[in-house]
Amino acid sequence: MSVFGPVVKIHPVVVASISDSYERRNEGASRVIGTLLGTIDKHSIEVTNCFSVPHNESEDEVAVDMEFAKNMYELHKRVSPTEVIIGWYATGFDITEHSVLIHEYYSREASNPIHLTVDTALQSGKMNIRAYVSAQMGVPGKTVGVMFTPLTVKYIYYDTERIGVDLLQRTRLASTRTKGLTSDLSQVGSAAARVQDMLTTVLAYIEDVLSGKVTADNSVGRFLMDLVNKVPTISAEDFENMLNSNINDLLMVTYLSNLTQAQIALNEKLVLL
Amino acid sequence: MSSRKDSGSVSTAEMASTGGTLDSPVKQIQIEGLVVLKIIKHYQEEGQGSEVVQGVLLGLVVDDRLEITNCFPFPQHTEDDADFDEVQYQMEMMRSLRHVNIDHLHVGWYQSTYYGSFVSRALLDSQFSYQHAIEESVVLIYDPIKTGQGSLSLKAYRLTPKLMEICKEKDFTPEGLKKASVGFENMFEEVPIVIKNSHLINVLLWELEDKSTVADKHELLNLSSSNHLEKSLQLLMDRVDDLNQEIVKYNTYSRNLSKQQQQKHQYLQRRQQENAQRQSRGEPPLPEEDITKLFKPPQPPPRMDTLLIAGQINNYCQNVKEFTSQNLGKLFMAEALQGHN
Repeated sequence: MSVFGPVVKIHPVVVASISDSYERRNEGASRVIGTLLGTIDKHSIEVTNCFSVPHNESEDEVAVDMEFAKNMYELHKRVSPTEVIIGWYATGFDITEHSVLIHEYYSREASNPIHLTVDTALQSGKMNIRAYVSAQMGVPGKTVGVMFTPLTVKYIYYDTERIGVDLLQRTRLASTRTKGLTSDLSQVGSAAARVQDMLTTVLAYIEDVLSGKVTADNSVGRFLMDLVNKVPTISAEDFENMLNSNINDLLMVTYLSNLTQAQIALNEKLVLL
Repeated sequence: MSSRKDSGSVSTAEMASTGGTLDSPVKQIQIEGLVVLKIIKHYQEEGQGSEVVQGVLLGLVVDDRLEITNCFPFPQHTEDDADFDEVQYQMEMMRSLRHVNIDHLHVGWYQSTYYGSFVSRALLDSQFSYQHAIEESVVLIYDPIKTGQGSLSLKAYRLTPKLMEICKEKDFTPEGLKKASVGFENMFEEVPIVIKNSHLINVLLWELEDKSTVADKHELLNLSSSNHLEKSLQLLMDRVDDLNQEIVKYNTYSRNLSKQQQQKHQYLQRRQQENAQRQSRGEPPLPEEDITKLFKPPQPPPRMDTLLIAGQINNYCQNVKEFTSQNLGKLFMAEALQGHN
């Protein structure tokens, strides 16, 4: 049986989806389970999508709606044909015996499925997200059991995803948990403010080193050198020229678009006379 | 010129659309972070080749807010068994989602766009049918290229009531439009969007920030602009050409109309003269012929396309202006940086 390298890459969409289905769970259900979709690479597994599957769990038995799971997978496949079932997830901290049964079912769908637990009840103070692969253990021929071995979990983002997550991060700072989408110069302003903050931190560190409070770290020093060297040294005249030509281009474009808008407004008025 | 108010940092954004305040049943849209992430992911994975990716928005209406709590994507229209699959796919999805307690009410749809070119006949038709069926539905336009440049670009649009009237009547002649006084500026109204997350998701976000060591890349402060500008201007030029053709068509039509009017007038005059002559000679006057049958009025060209093109051009211009203002800011910042060296 193939052994995967110990890295599982998760997109934030997946965990957000899981939290959302946990919030919408049925009355009385203590946890939610669902299928994970994604792609398998040679040494890593990338989880890109998921959907929840209704199930009933009681003391001694567990029932999972397999039909539903199959149906949903078919529907999802129509949209993104490259995604395959690579495992399943469950909310909650522990791995119970029921998990073993469910895991067995999923091993019929995918070879060596991974199992993801998301601790939505925050039992250990944080939302622990862990991934496991099952491995056989015990004495072959006699009692054979299943052990879940943990894997490392990493988060990866597409570029646009990161920008989306960035925006979401800012919502949690607002007191009403809501945030409008800003526009225009205010965005540039806030980006510049962020860079400025970082620069202040760096400056504070340098001050500390100079006054001897903190011992100098060579690697940090090298980074700082890179930083200072990155600002290109261009002669003032060349820079002036570049700046002016750029500004002229932008102004011209602004003028043209304003002209066009006035033109179509005029056309509109003439037609509707 | 459009008036843009800067949005406050905490409370809801109040971007006034060019048509003034909204008088529709939906004054604000509240989106969950999950929906945003799903839309981004859908485009990223499936939208690289074709023009647009589409999907359905699910949620519910609370007071005058439209809350969007989930969404699911639509498969592409590539195969030949397109239509039947669409409806069935949608039905199945909604039924399945109902089992896991996800809101299964259709409240709109989303679409990705290329450099802001989404004002088209297809969009108008779809949005009209949606809005006709469901009063409060919106279309979310996601611009992936602009998002890639540093800031999430997600806009929500509805058709104005005036435009709804016109679409219902299907009366696209110049007279019809004049009656309803619809200009390209009051075709769509933009609804402000607010993003809201539940507490659990906030916990998740803390966790992500903790665990992931992705460095902030600051695409927003990127100085290069020529590529983006070129493409936008190219699209703008194409549209202006289209508009030009439409205008020429309209001009020929009105010229024909006035020529015809003249001919009618002349004919009537000649008739009258002849009648007068005949009367003076004592003969019965000629019967009045049906004028309309002789001079068939030319068909007025439909103005809907012109309206759409004008709206699209307006959109492009807005985008270009936004882009240039941002770039000017960045250039001045760079100058300040250099000046201190």
